Amino acid sequence: MGFKDIRESQLPILAAQQLSCEKQDRILFQDIDFSISSGELVLLTGENGAGKTSLLRILVGLSSPNTGHVSINGHVIKKDINIATANIVYIGHKLGLSGLLSPVENLQFYMDLIGAPCCDTNEIFDVLSLLGLDGLEDLPLKHLSAGQQRRVALAKLWLNKSANLWVLDEPFTALDVATVSLLERHIENFLKQGATNKLEVSAETDSAKTNSAKTNKAKTKLLDDSSVSGAVIMTSHQATSIDHHKTLFDLEFAW
Amino acid sequence: MALDSSSNSHLTAKIKTADTQSRAAANPSVLSALKAVAKRDFALAYRQRAELMQPLMFFIMVITLFPLAMGPNPQTLQLVSGAVVWVAAILSLLMGLDRLFRDDYANGSLEQMIMSPTPLYMVVLVKVITHWLVNIVPLLLISPLLALFLNMTNTMYLTLIFTLLLGTPIISLVGAIGVALTVGLQRSGVLVALLLIPLFIPLLIFATSAIEYASMNLPIGALLGIIGAMLLFTLATAPAVIAYSLKVSQN
Repeated sequence: MGFKDIRESQLPILAAQQLSCEKQDRILFQDIDFSISSGELVLLTGENGAGKTSLLRILVGLSSPNTGHVSINGHVIKKDINIATANIVYIGHKLGLSGLLSPVENLQFYMDLIGAPCCDTNEIFDVLSLLGLDGLEDLPLKHLSAGQQRRVALAKLWLNKSANLWVLDEPFTALDVATVSLLERHIENFLKQGATNKLEVSAETDSAKTNSAKTNKAKTKLLDDSSVSGAVIMTSHQATSIDHHKTLFDLEFAW
Repeated sequence: MALDSSSNSHLTAKIKTADTQSRAAANPSVLSALKAVAKRDFALAYRQRAELMQPLMFFIMVITLFPLAMGPNPQTLQLVSGAVVWVAAILSLLMGLDRLFRDDYANGSLEQMIMSPTPLYMVVLVKVITHWLVNIVPLLLISPLLALFLNMTNTMYLTLIFTLLLGTPIISLVGAIGVALTVGLQRSGVLVALLLIPLFIPLLIFATSAIEYASMNLPIGALLGIIGAMLLFTLATAPAVIAYSLKVSQN
């Protein structure tokens, strides 16, 4: 059993096979095969119109590819989208927030929707203040600036503790320098420790790991599993300073 | 279920347990998610109450126009009252229908709902029910006044309420299919009406003839029964169709 777990944990979080997408008689991409394992950051680059957003939307199951299929955490996304997407945070061009509701209401609804309603409002307030939104928690979202609205959407990355894959479409747009670096640090953390991390917890597992590393390999693996590291796929035009397992994946603009 | 999860060789141990847990706890989390959807839609409706009033005002105005246009002859008014109320109800409901998914589509909330662990057809059904409650209850509350305008008898009025109660959910459910299909298009209002109005003809025929039967003191059970059967059929099939249409619109 233990052996099986070790073997399984090396299997990819997301696997895409022979994806191709065609829009308005133009082939955006063809026969793309790739996989993302835990701890990996995939940076999707390409010109405008190369199909970055289309690819991301296919990966999370919002649109269907012309050929090929995607599986996330072992579930084929076409067959059971509800289970496959249960452990994803997707932040696209549309933020998924209602302009008439306040940031807190929006995030509360998000937590209910992903089935983690246990989260109390204090936690949401904490995350919002971490993102520099003190005092704006109860204002309707439409009164916030574009960057502030984006920060509210990004709060999902702190609140969703069950995700092991983040799919981010241009996460750094409209953000100020401080928030960009905050987000980068958070992504690095997620790649190392996964979404379940709290700083105390991660320190504990780190020390436990070093202690037992020489003595018991299987035990180390088990401890590793207790904080499965996440994976991120994102598009970004800004150069990022995240250097942890960066994989570049370049889409070309094709006719 | 144990067999199912053991066959999934692609899962890490951690995800496996999380997954099993989430499936075991599916019911409470689904219920709380659906509650959250309903709560959110009520809150949104309350914050857009001005927009919500428009179809209701339209309904009232169309009905007040008839007595003015046809002259104050009580017999004529009574003759057409059922038809007038029903036509006005269909038109005003169609006006408010595109609110159902428009904003959620525009701001991306719909994407999050599609990707949530809760099956989309359930979310959609809750949204339609909430929309129906918010739009129809005021209409029912105002209807005694309108019955007075149109010189309806007591039995006619009661039948009208019954037909509205049974018939308007059909309009909401079938209308939601049309709205879901056209949500990606801009200015789809008239298109939705053109697509949907023919579908409501059977409903209109049965509902107005029930009111007519009631005015002649004939039994109306069979007619109400047919409308009820139509409601049950749409209730069973429409949510899946709406969910599918919304997914198609995302493409």
